[in-house]
Parts: sequence; structure tokens; C-alpha cells
Amino acid sequence: MTTEQILFYILGGGAVAASAAMLLPPLGKSPIHSAISLIVSFFFLAGLYALLSAHLLGALQIIVYAGAVMVLFTFVIMLLNLRPDETQEPRITAGKVLAGVLAAFVVGKVVTVVGLASAGAKAVDLAQPGYENFGSTKEVGYMLYTSFLVPFELISVLLLVAAVGAVILAKKSLHYVDRPEPPPSVFDQEHAHEHMHTQSGTDHAGDTHAPHDANAHAASHH
Amino acid sequence: MHLTGNPVLDVILFTLLKLVGFVFVFVMGMATVLTWVERKFSAFMQNRIGPNRANIGNIRLGGLLHMIADPIKMLTKEAFTPNTPNPWLFRLAPFMAFVPALVVFATIPFGPGDLQVAPLNVGILFIFAIGSLNVYGAVLGAWASNNKWSLMGGLRISAQMISYEVAVGLSLCGIFMIYGSVDLQQIVIGQDGTWFGIVPKWGIFAQPVAFVLYLACAIAENKRAPFDVAEAESELVAGFWTEYSSMGFALLALSEFIEVVLIGCLGATLFLGGWQIPWLVEGTGVLAGKMYLFGNLVPHLQAHAWYLVVAQVAAFLIKAIVLIWLQLTIRWTLPRFRYDQVMRLGWRIMLPTALVNLVVTGIALMFYERF
Repeated sequence: MTTEQILFYILGGGAVAASAAMLLPPLGKSPIHSAISLIVSFFFLAGLYALLSAHLLGALQIIVYAGAVMVLFTFVIMLLNLRPDETQEPRITAGKVLAGVLAAFVVGKVVTVVGLASAGAKAVDLAQPGYENFGSTKEVGYMLYTSFLVPFELISVLLLVAAVGAVILAKKSLHYVDRPEPPPSVFDQEHAHEHMHTQSGTDHAGDTHAPHDANAHAASHH
Repeated sequence: MHLTGNPVLDVILFTLLKLVGFVFVFVMGMATVLTWVERKFSAFMQNRIGPNRANIGNIRLGGLLHMIADPIKMLTKEAFTPNTPNPWLFRLAPFMAFVPALVVFATIPFGPGDLQVAPLNVGILFIFAIGSLNVYGAVLGAWASNNKWSLMGGLRISAQMISYEVAVGLSLCGIFMIYGSVDLQQIVIGQDGTWFGIVPKWGIFAQPVAFVLYLACAIAENKRAPFDVAEAESELVAGFWTEYSSMGFALLALSEFIEVVLIGCLGATLFLGGWQIPWLVEGTGVLAGKMYLFGNLVPHLQAHAWYLVVAQVAAFLIKAIVLIWLQLTIRWTLPRFRYDQVMRLGWRIMLPTALVNLVVTGIALMFYERF
């Protein structure tokens, strides 16, 4: 075996093992351990990219997925403080069956497409002239902004739509609110006015009732 | 450089030499000294004496021995593990913060030619990739502490890191556009020479806005004051490292200082001309196009007079130290922002400014190239 093959088996095996650990019981039961396994598998994938001379793709894989997306994942897991999933036996539902069929379809499609694409392809020696910059930042940049400009722009529009959609879904009200309305207090002008009338502005002990008074006033006003 | 005569062995030995010399001696040494300098500097700014008691006999060195006394103290303390369902994650977290902080120094060019541990084609993207990982150390450590103060700190860090990473990346894009590369050595070579014979062609003069954005966002990513809401001792006890003691705490603290050094080194590389010595030495980067071929880079170094190389390395280290000093000054001058202010600053001021800077740079470059 060449060094490249040995590295491939190490990296590929590691990626598969980490992905399996993400789903299977000992680690897969706890959301945070699943997330860590996923990060580890991203690293093996980045190694595979680097092995294929796609250094930029490897670096981007880590920046985007391990460095940003998974930080958000851990953020959400921590925010919800999810406990290890030990609630119920796994059940087969219609949704899961549908998901399985779809996944099988996608896997089949990927295998066919890759098979068809690789059938006519022949290995290229990257050491020969014209290929020494293969996978470099410059080369990938040129390709993105020349031959693949339209898909590139379309994908960025898609991401924009996704971002807008996420904002719409996450927002409770579509009206622009800079910050939550402060609770009514004695310092509200209108109320301070009333306050002076009712209490003559002398009794400091009365201040402790102020928030409650303010609510009552507001309610009666409406 | 011929060390043994065997070319493969030469490369390995030379890489090890660079690794030890730069990463272990300079970076780790700097980080260790910073543990004392930071406290002495704060004492100076607050009109106190600061740590000055550590001594061996009558030798005190103004308290410098604290940097040896502190690790000894840390090592002999109990490594406390809180009552947590994830003790192994708790113990692993400091390493997850420490290792990426050190690894990124591999791509920093600290001298001309091949004086760079790993000349990677992706250059600074590697620093972004690995550097963005040390957030996990703090976040997972905070989560595994099983403590609500730690958890609050961890939540704050993860949100803050995501917010400022976008801005710091965008602020540096202007530099990449001007020097036409993401390779740090190429960027340094691009900063050779002067404009009008006076102003050095440094990134800070080409991209002054980017420099301010970079420094602010990088300090925010390093979660130091005025952005240290993650440890906010007035609200969260000690934030994400509340439960850490002994060497776990030392590693987390040290990784913060290593990042201070990283911000200094990266800032010196991108904005202060790296190892270039303006006015005195020019045009030394001519041969650098052949840098990646091992056959060529070794003679390239030999073509340099040794004292010139030493002077250039020293220039880089001095620039890095100036930026480290600047960070300490900011650290002890500004009060801490409120958490919502930090987020608002990141998304509403830093990010739009970086975008505008990028657009203006693009337009300026277009005109510069056309006319």
C-alpha cells in the first residue's frame, strides 16, 4: 500500500467510526456527545479533502462546519439543556419509514452518479504541468467566479432566502421592535404626573407600590 | 541549510528547529511571561506595586519569578472535579482550548524565506479554521462543569465567538484583496518597500479601518476585557472557568495568553509588515516565488546574510510585542461592556463597517488597476 492509501484508510475509517459513534448508543444517547462525534468526523473529512489536494475545501470544511455550525449546535444544546435521551423505546413511525425510503433513494442516486462520473474518468497526475495549483485558493476562486459564477450566485441567493425565512419563523411579531417595552414605572412621565396628584409627592414608602399602581392605571385607562 | 547532508533529514530537523525556536521558545515563553506582565501592568496602571514577592534568596527580579512560582503552585493544588455527569469532558476541555491555540502558529512567517513552520497554501484560512476551534474548550468545559454560572459563561462565549468571527474574517478580506493572496508569507512580501519613499507599504496604512476592526474583533474573540462578559466576575462568579482549578485552570488561562501572542503575531504579519524592515532593507522578497519547492528555499535562506535574517526575525518579534503591549493597555484601560452591548457592537457596527470597508477597497482597487 502506498502512503496515500494508508492515510485514506485511516481518515475514511475514522470518519465512519466517528459518524457511527454519533448515532449509536454509548455516545449517541447524549446530544452533546453526538455533537462532539460529528465535529470529529468533520475533521476526518477535512483530512480526506486535503488528501485529494483540495486544501481549500478542507480548510473551509473546518471553518464553516466545525468552527461555526457546530458551535451553534452546542449553543442550542446548552441553551435547551438537553438530557440524554432515555425516555422511550424506538418506535417505527410512518415519518421514519418515509425518511428511510428517501435516504435510500439519495444514497442510491449518489452511488449511481458517482459511478457514472468515475466510469469515464481517468486518473490525472497532479505533478504534471498545468495542475500544480489544483485545489489551491487561487484556482478554486477563479473557477467559482468564472465557470461556476451562476450556480455560485444562485446558492448565495438561496442562503439569503434561508436567512430571511429563519428570521420570519423565529420572530414572534413582524413589527419592528428595537427592544422590549420597559415595564411601566414611576419614572413614566404620564404616571409621574398622576403620582404627584394622588400622593402629593411626599410619601417615599408609596414608591414600592408604584409598579403595581402603574399597571392598574394603565388597565383602567384602556 | 545543510545540517546533516541528507536532504530529507535536513528538512525534518530544520522544521523541528523552527518549531522549537518559534512556538516553544518565543510563543510559550511570551505567554508565560505575560502571566506576570499582565498583573504587573495592571498594578502599574492602577498605581499599585503588583506581584513582587516571589524570590530565591535575595533574587527577586521585580517579581519576575512569579511566572515560575505560579505554575509550581498550580501543579501542587488539587485538581478538583465537580459533581458532573461528564468528568472526562471536563478534564478534556482545557486541552481543547490549549492545543488549537498553539497549532495555528505553524503558519505564521516569523522570518524571510522558509522561516515558517508550515508554508500552507491556504495560509490564514488554516488559522481561522483551527483558531475557531478553541471556543469548544471554553464552551464544553463550561457545559461539563454542571454549574449554572459556567453555563451562562459558555452560552455567552459561543454567541460572542460566532458574532465576531464573521467580522474579523471580513475585516481581513481587504488585506487579501490588496496583496492578492491568503498566504501569510506572500502578504508579508507584498508589504515590501514604501509609498512615496516615506510611508511603508504596510497593511495598517493601506487598511487602517481593517486594523481597528481586526484588533477589536480579535480581542472580542479572545474574550478579554472589554469583551470578557464570559467570565464577568461581577455577575457570573468566574464564568466559564468557575469550576476549574490546578492545571486545568492554568491551561485555560495560558491558552488565553497564547491567543494574545497570536493576535500580536498575526497583526504584525498582516498590518505591520511582518519581518520587513522598512527604509533599511528592501527587495529581499524577490526570490520568494519559489518558496514552496524545498530544493530552492534552502539556498534562498543561504543567499541572505545571517545578520540580515536575524535582524528581520527580531523586527517581527518586536512588532508582535508592540501589539501585545497594545492589547494589555486596552485590557486595563477600558471597562467591560454589558453583554447586549457586546452583541450589538458586533452585529450592528463591526459587521457593517467591515462590509463597507470591503466594498470601498474593491472600488478603490478597481480604479487603481484601471488608471
